[in-house]
Amino acid sequence: MYATLYAKEKLYGLDKRMVTLTIDGKFVRTESRTSLLEAARTLGIAIPTLCYHEALKPYGACRLCVVEIEKHGRSKLVTSCNYPAEDGLVVFTSNERVMRTRRMLMELLLARCPDVPTIRRLAETMGVRASRFGHQAKERCILCGLCVRVCEEIVGVSAIGFADRGTSRQVSTPLGLASDVCIGCGSCTYICPTGCIEMVGKPGPPGSREMIMADLALKPCPADYHCETCPIDQGFLDEIRTAIRGFREALGKCSDARLPSLYKPQAQILRNEAYFSVRRNDEE
Amino acid sequence: MGDEHNMAFEKVDEILAGYGYRHDALIGILQDIQRLDNYLPQDTLVYVSRKLEVPLSRIYHIATFYKSFSLVPRGRHIIKVCLGTACHLNGAAQNLEQIERTLNIREGQTTGDMMFSLETVNCLGTCALAPVAVVDDSYFEGVTPGKVEKILSQYTGASEGLDREAD
Amino acid sequence: MKRIESPSDLQALREGILFKRDPDQKVVRVCCTTACRAGGALHVVEALRKGLGDRGLSDKIQIKKTGCRGFCENGPVVAVEPEQLFYNKVKPRDVPDIIDKTLVGGDPVERLLYADPDTKEKIAKEHDIPFFGKQARHVFAKTGRIDPTQIDDYIAEGGYTALCTALTTMAPGQIIRAVEVSGLRGRGGGGFPTGKKWRTCRQAPGMVKYVIANGDEGDPGAFMDRSLMEGDPHSILEGMIIGAYAIGAHEGFIYVRDEYPIAVEHLTIAIDQAAAYGLLGFNILGSGFDLTIRINRGGGAFVCGESTALMNSLEGKVGEPRAKYVHTVESGLWNRPSALNNVETWANIPLIINRGAERYAQIGTAGSKGTKIFSLVGKVRNTGLVEVPMGISLREIVYDIGGGIRKGKRLKAVQTGGPSGGCIPSGKIDMPVDYDSLKALGAIMGSGGMIVMDENTCMVDVAKYFIGFLMYESCGKCVPCREGLKQMHHILSGICEGHGKAEDIELLTRLSVTMSDASLCALGGTAPNPVLSTIRYFRDEYEAHIFDRRCRAGVCRNLFEYYIDETLCNGCTVCSMKCPEGAISGEKKQPHTIDVGRCIRCGVCYTLCKREAVRVR
Repeated sequence: MYATLYAKEKLYGLDKRMVTLTIDGKFVRTESRTSLLEAARTLGIAIPTLCYHEALKPYGACRLCVVEIEKHGRSKLVTSCNYPAEDGLVVFTSNERVMRTRRMLMELLLARCPDVPTIRRLAETMGVRASRFGHQAKERCILCGLCVRVCEEIVGVSAIGFADRGTSRQVSTPLGLASDVCIGCGSCTYICPTGCIEMVGKPGPPGSREMIMADLALKPCPADYHCETCPIDQGFLDEIRTAIRGFREALGKCSDARLPSLYKPQAQILRNEAYFSVRRNDEE
Repeated sequence: MGDEHNMAFEKVDEILAGYGYRHDALIGILQDIQRLDNYLPQDTLVYVSRKLEVPLSRIYHIATFYKSFSLVPRGRHIIKVCLGTACHLNGAAQNLEQIERTLNIREGQTTGDMMFSLETVNCLGTCALAPVAVVDDSYFEGVTPGKVEKILSQYTGASEGLDREAD
Repeated sequence: MKRIESPSDLQALREGILFKRDPDQKVVRVCCTTACRAGGALHVVEALRKGLGDRGLSDKIQIKKTGCRGFCENGPVVAVEPEQLFYNKVKPRDVPDIIDKTLVGGDPVERLLYADPDTKEKIAKEHDIPFFGKQARHVFAKTGRIDPTQIDDYIAEGGYTALCTALTTMAPGQIIRAVEVSGLRGRGGGGFPTGKKWRTCRQAPGMVKYVIANGDEGDPGAFMDRSLMEGDPHSILEGMIIGAYAIGAHEGFIYVRDEYPIAVEHLTIAIDQAAAYGLLGFNILGSGFDLTIRINRGGGAFVCGESTALMNSLEGKVGEPRAKYVHTVESGLWNRPSALNNVETWANIPLIINRGAERYAQIGTAGSKGTKIFSLVGKVRNTGLVEVPMGISLREIVYDIGGGIRKGKRLKAVQTGGPSGGCIPSGKIDMPVDYDSLKALGAIMGSGGMIVMDENTCMVDVAKYFIGFLMYESCGKCVPCREGLKQMHHILSGICEGHGKAEDIELLTRLSVTMSDASLCALGGTAPNPVLSTIRYFRDEYEAHIFDRRCRAGVCRNLFEYYIDETLCNGCTVCSMKCPEGAISGEKKQPHTIDVGRCIRCGVCYTLCKREAVRVR
């Protein structure tokens, strides 16, 4: 979509074309290639997301960011992360239809991942405490694809990818074997919104670290966000930060690295509860 | 391993060259490779990844996404039971169960003696013959649980590749 | 083969071919596409060849291996010209009779003729058979007559005339206008106006554009496209060349699903032969227009029938759909303007050019012009492919053409549109078949699959079947589709197994709204249709399953019983011997009984009993 928008803009020579649209009754003027999500943010309107990250191309998988748009007298729901702003568009980010849809999506996710704190909390902000659905699983991964996409787009090695399809879709290393192209940068660990990728290993050349997706015991930040007293080797953390181009600006505290989104309510809740566990081998 | 290994990849190289090493031909490439040994061996996929300079994870996703590919060796005779709508309405599910019961394997598995592999297909396009099962290239029409034994016995001991009909 | 450089070259070639043919020569046409082949058609051809050879008649009588004539129920079919005799269910052992009695003697072989199932009257000529009577075989006109592997056959029947007209006498804009006036709508299921699609594609900025033919035909129960690709591949090519010229594309792709090897073979031969004649490649017919067409095979994924997933597959990726917020006619394959149409849509184009748009538009209804090919399957007597004018009633299709329901059962519903469609109950059978009427009833035209269901079809099971199908075929990228289908299937399975709850119907309905609103593509978006439509028209069946724990159709295992009707059972012991659970007991020549506690309802006895003594309650 990213590439498409860029291509369209190149074709039309519309680099700087401005459009005006209405979001939740407020006018906003923005460049034509802006997504509705970004346009809403300039107005201070926060739209919940799970598979979205500024550093990556929008993916449109979680569908949580849906908004209702009206065009030519017809209305429909679209994902705001990848829908381009258009002149005269009327957008509703949290009306009844949108909220009902988001709640149902959370019910579906809760049925899949009942024990993931991120999901529970996000569901609660929407008033969803339980799922009516009978097929219950105990997954930790929500298949948002952030890990796969960061490894492909930013790190450039595609050490992990999706496999299979439908209800069997999963994130995996090819052929289920240990990857020989992983550089141990930890980007996937950082970007995972549910904390289901754990990094285990000691500082040193890449390869002596492993990213593990497992049922893990989530540990809260050991230093209670006071990095000066953090027991984790800061040099090690520095190495990781250097390896992640594009995260550099967003990185401050290690916990910020998980969701460097500087915006409002839902995102803030998630950020403050960020779980991140790096164990050095001599601690075991 | 050496020479045998290189020889095995000779055919793969031919296929890759035939498609001009194009990334967008990955699906066609893998289909042609699968025709060599009736499945996609692991080291072949690694080789293709290296030769085409395409991440192995992408090839793996393609090989597991598209159901015509198999990553495990398959039996001498591949049974495909059609589960299209017309076949379903005419009892395809019961036929599948009967085959599973007779061969003692589930769908997606191969018998211990590597004789039969059992797969399902979502519509072969021969709906007038419903319910349909295909063994290798032979189509069987109007299959019923009662006819399964007879169809399978044509392959245990009989030679392959003849067009047969269920009566 | 000499290149055709101009319309006059084509005309000369056609005349040359026809000149060499003796119009009075006897021709035996044998359908050799997948279904008839499965019935042994190739053996029939072999037997004919040998038989004629033995009698020294090989020069006098021509054998043609053709495509599908549509009457698949009665295949292998053999048509004898010029007598226009139509033989059914022909086996190699029938060949000597055909040669001696018909080809030499000029008389029909009675036992091979079609017999009216009710009056038993024999009908000799094809067009007298009711199955064919009400059809309007326009797109299918050549299928079943020509040998699809011989381009000369196609040309002899007038093929590529439309291409000449289009490339040498019409401007691209005029062609698009003609398609718009014709009212042609996409035959793949969406029903989008083809002319509008082409116009937008032509106007989209960019030098490189593509035309794509969707031959993925994933709907279970549909095989129209297979027959078209196998039986008349040139009609698709001709349509694509005309379309590419109109849009300004120089590269075309035909995406054929992996399960159709003969279609791939015939299309490949067709492309090679067309290229040899200069009808594909550089400077086609001296117009200065270039086009190459390539064939890509699918890998076994229904979702690749969705246009953006198809394009991803063409790009060598997994078939995950893309967001369609920028239309594919502007940014499609490789982010370039692409006109993707179903193969049946492409095959309609030469008709529009040859007849003229106004004449084409005289067939059909106000909103749905032309004809549509349906695969009529299920519990109907005459299963096969039918081509009918839009607006014909469902009753005429099922009863007049289809011959009514098999085994004297009652019609319950007709399902159209595959997994994206809906069920039309028997009460609405007089409705016209066109895009808008079907939509109003909660179904869709779809690609043309028409499944006829009788009183032994469980509608809850039908819904469960389609959801199960989609669950397996979903790409899995988006939450509403992947998770929603899983939960829907869980609920429907529960109902069919006897664990249904009162709230289930409500939950299914609510989930349906989310899936149709928020799914990434039409697979998830239309998945609720079969569920919603069966709830709408057959709510009583759902309630019977949930509250009474009863499946009256005799499909859901736990909700019915088999029993043996003592008045019909003759004690042959076949069932008791074959029962895998040893649940049937009885003395030889005495009526048998089924131990309901041991019976697993596998169906072996039900299907084996020659006296139909095993019943359902």
